[in-house]
Amino acid sequence: MTTTTIIAEPGHGRLAHGRGADGPAPTRTVVAYGFWIFLLSDFVMFSGLFATYAVLSGHTAGGPTGRELFNLQNVFIETACLLFSSYTAGLGALSAERAEVGRFYIFSLFTFVLGAAFLFIEISEFAGMVAKGAGPSRSAFLSAFFTLVGMHGAHVTSGLLWFV
Amino acid sequence: MLGRLTWDAIPFDQPIPLVTSAVVLIIIFSVLVLITVKGWVPYLWREWITSVDHKRIGVMYVLLGLVMLLRGFADAIMMRSQQALAIGDSQGYLPPDHYDQIFSAHGSIMIFFVAMPFVIGMMNFVVPLQLGVRDVAFPVLNSVSFWLTASGALLINVSLFIGNFARTGWMNYPPLSELAFSPDVGVDYYLWSLQISGVGTLMAGINMVTTILKLRAPGMIYFRMPVFCWTALASNMLIIAAFPVLTATFVMLLLDRYVGMHFFTNDGGGSAMMYVNLFWVWGHPEVYILVLPAFGIYSEVAATFSGKPLFGYRSMVLATLGICVLSFMVWLHHFFTMGAGADVNAFFGIMSMIIAVPTGVKVFNWLFTMFHGRVVFKPPILWMIGFMVTFVIGGMTGVLLAVPPVDFIVHNSTFLVAHFHNVIIGGVVFAIMAGYNYWFPKAFGFTLHEGLGKASFWCWFVGFYLAFMPLYMLGLMGMTRRLQHIPDPSWRPLLLVAELGAVVIFIGILCQIAQLVVSIRTRESRRDLTGDPWDGRTLEWATASPPPAYNFAVLPEVETIDAFWEMKQTGRRAAEPPYQDIEMPRNDPIGFITAFFAVVLGFAAIWHIWWIVILGFIAIVITALVFGWSENREQEISAEEVALMERARLDAGRTA
Amino acid sequence: MEGQHCPTSDTLRRRFWRSGLRRCAAFFAALPALGCTQGVLDPQGPVADAERLLLFNSVEIMLVVVVPVIVATLAFAWWYRSSNTRASRSPSWAYQGGVEFVTWSIPALVVILVGGVCWIGSHQLDPRAPLASDAKPLQVDVVSLDWKWLFIYPDQGIATVNQVVIPVGTPVNFHLTSATVMNSFFVPQLGSQIYTMAGMMTHVNLLATKPGDYQGFSANFSGDGFAEMRFIAKAVPASDFDGWVAKARGAGSALDDPGYAELTKPSKAVPPTTYRSVDPKLFERIVDQTALSPDKARAGNAWCPPAAPKGG
Repeated sequence: MTTTTIIAEPGHGRLAHGRGADGPAPTRTVVAYGFWIFLLSDFVMFSGLFATYAVLSGHTAGGPTGRELFNLQNVFIETACLLFSSYTAGLGALSAERAEVGRFYIFSLFTFVLGAAFLFIEISEFAGMVAKGAGPSRSAFLSAFFTLVGMHGAHVTSGLLWFV
Repeated sequence: MLGRLTWDAIPFDQPIPLVTSAVVLIIIFSVLVLITVKGWVPYLWREWITSVDHKRIGVMYVLLGLVMLLRGFADAIMMRSQQALAIGDSQGYLPPDHYDQIFSAHGSIMIFFVAMPFVIGMMNFVVPLQLGVRDVAFPVLNSVSFWLTASGALLINVSLFIGNFARTGWMNYPPLSELAFSPDVGVDYYLWSLQISGVGTLMAGINMVTTILKLRAPGMIYFRMPVFCWTALASNMLIIAAFPVLTATFVMLLLDRYVGMHFFTNDGGGSAMMYVNLFWVWGHPEVYILVLPAFGIYSEVAATFSGKPLFGYRSMVLATLGICVLSFMVWLHHFFTMGAGADVNAFFGIMSMIIAVPTGVKVFNWLFTMFHGRVVFKPPILWMIGFMVTFVIGGMTGVLLAVPPVDFIVHNSTFLVAHFHNVIIGGVVFAIMAGYNYWFPKAFGFTLHEGLGKASFWCWFVGFYLAFMPLYMLGLMGMTRRLQHIPDPSWRPLLLVAELGAVVIFIGILCQIAQLVVSIRTRESRRDLTGDPWDGRTLEWATASPPPAYNFAVLPEVETIDAFWEMKQTGRRAAEPPYQDIEMPRNDPIGFITAFFAVVLGFAAIWHIWWIVILGFIAIVITALVFGWSENREQEISAEEVALMERARLDAGRTA
Repeated sequence: MEGQHCPTSDTLRRRFWRSGLRRCAAFFAALPALGCTQGVLDPQGPVADAERLLLFNSVEIMLVVVVPVIVATLAFAWWYRSSNTRASRSPSWAYQGGVEFVTWSIPALVVILVGGVCWIGSHQLDPRAPLASDAKPLQVDVVSLDWKWLFIYPDQGIATVNQVVIPVGTPVNFHLTSATVMNSFFVPQLGSQIYTMAGMMTHVNLLATKPGDYQGFSANFSGDGFAEMRFIAKAVPASDFDGWVAKARGAGSALDDPGYAELTKPSKAVPPTTYRSVDPKLFERIVDQTALSPDKARAGNAWCPPAAPKGG
């Protein structure tokens, strides 16, 4: 059995290019790609929680319903905080690419403050609901609500900690 | 101080778990003492425990699977003997609360800690080699994944001697698994051990998909990848898409049990149906996660041992991706009897049958690979032929079960049990054995003893039919699954045949252990010096056996499917290639350390020792941060070193 | 040297297959005889009968493909073995359009056929579909408990445990729920099983065509007493049924609230019992989960509304 040292002689010409055929991608690409795939998996997890919330949203077991509990004004403020924080985070990412350190810190600070504001409002809403007897162990609907929204809040918290 | 952990947790009053635990602990202790006294600890720590090399991690996964196979199989033998004894007036030797733990542990261990590690281990070892690259995308993450899986396995085994395991079946349906009906630690052991290993599996999935999509040898476009890599891609995409659902489901059940929420409880508006749906949204893709790489192994084995390329490469790829997508559209067939109505049931039934189309195509393509080939009867292809005969029977009963009105009369009976063992043993286990015999020389540098390999095949094959064909009949006769006591004495002959089958399989396992021992003892006479003992077709056979840490001194340039075969045919041999410095990742203890704290956290959570839970969680976070901030993570192998290693290998090959 | 003292692996293989096959065939031919007199292969009602027919038809359709595939696998592997000098080899043959077309078509055709069987069968044998019969349907409410079965006859005002008596030739509308964990109500000789779940009501219609005692049990694992959770479905001639009801009304205790509370306590292998009377609202309260306590706040929301009767 002959042994073969595997290397192409130059000029074979059938080597394909592009479409991932240029050899292993550089580390930066690989890490970013891996992170995107992780994000996809996180997306799936949230889908599971969303589906459960959708199914259990009517299961109030004689307790308070969403309509009775949700304060739309707070919801609007929280949403605005997070949407703006996405914007500032994007600007921060652009600054990082351009190696503009000062701007990066400023945009990160804004993102942090907006995220913290979101969390503050959310936690006080949760506390209020629990005080009213509408905590997560009251009914399946509330379990689903607290878990879905709480999981999202946990992700925001991790993000804030990561900024720090 | 110690939550609800007390001395009562140790089963002093139950002889079977007590004696088993004592024996296992003595064995573990003896092994540890042996390793320490012989001075192997530094070697093991440096070369295996902290290794981030995909080949080492792959071997450790397979080793974990083999050890857990023994545990899961012990459970199986106990179940079979109980059912052969506890007929009519006899109550057998296992009271219900014990028997219930055994069948729950059997299923959980076999799926999560035998089949998954085997499959993930094989993909880990083989895929980077077949792609012609040096390692997976995230080697350190790979180590963490393995050690988290091992943590889950450890926790599930701890339940044998501290506390008890779940008594709910491996699917752990509520409301039986809720606090109201399972207040003890059993279900918590189940949830935490699977949750921890589930995180590991998910990370392995992300790793492998990134590797296959972003790290391939120059010239390897998608349609030049080996079929095993395609099936690995599909399987890992399924892992990414399915495991988070299981994670979410277990989080919800944990919240019900720990914080009093009402996701799946009987009261407070909970819906057990929701759990069943969520579980099987994960559960069905899970079986395809297992079987797709198995199909990939068969494709490799069929081609290599028929001396022909795999027939219908593009069809195989299309079929694989088709199965991948379809596997998400069939989950309801696991509970047709829940009463969803004819339209819903029929839809899912038809979707389930549609999956049989790409599967059938694959079977035909393997047939036509052997057709006009030159079939060499080495153990791997015996396993494949055994699979083809066995799996089509299992597939047939599967399509039967997919017809809702037929399912109504056999659901949850031993007919169902026979079906899924038929496809899992015939499909996945046989593939593992084939892959094990096939790639063992690549991993360790010597082939396995062939005679014992063939003997183990025949024992498994005959044993399987003896063990499970009676179960098909018993299911039709009205025997439901999970019975601790058999009501009808006329079932005895069939149950005895089934027990005999289990014993024959056990002999097969003994043959495999013997095969390993004998092969190690006589390894010098069976050395693989060329790296290519089977006249293979794919790139893993182009390196040494075992491959050096960097796999390929220079990454191969790929011009066709079956890249190595083409290189051998065209005789592409060159003067010594220009060796370059190679950067490889350093070993890292983070996997082992994270797993250690995961076990601590899991155990403390199960026993409600809250202060340890908090400390364990903080420790894991700190470990991750320390890793994230560490700088010096790579080491260089100089071109001279590479040259030395390659020349030594070529010299050894020439004297063969 | 090979052919003289030691049989070749080919010969060994041939011998094994022939002797092994013969022995296995004899052994396994004997065993099915056991099966045909029990369980789902011995239907005693139209539902079970139709389901068994579907089982056989589906198996037959698929065997048309499965048997040739198994034979071809063994034949190809053996014929194309490396030591067979007579076999022709094509070491680079890896694609042929015609073959591909056939390999996709065969499974597709089988699946279309069985799929059709599946669609039609699922609708005809929908558990809630009314059964054709001249007799007026009998309503029986079923509750799975730990670890026994409670049967309530709402129109007759009686109840039984671990025994359900039904008149032959009469469609029985079972409405089912669970007072505990998930179970599955199954009498193999009458056909379709169905899950019982707390807070919900499921529905299956069954009919017995011949008098007899048919084995019933739970087909979904529910805990330590699961193996003992068996009951008898006793089909009696229609004329005898009213007599049985009258007798039940005259004997046994009443199933009042304390009696029901006692029943919900875990027990196994409970012998068949009858109750002379039962609260007409008991089943509804069990489904609502208010049977043990009047606290409506603890009640779960019913996820599946009671099945509306289907026309035709």
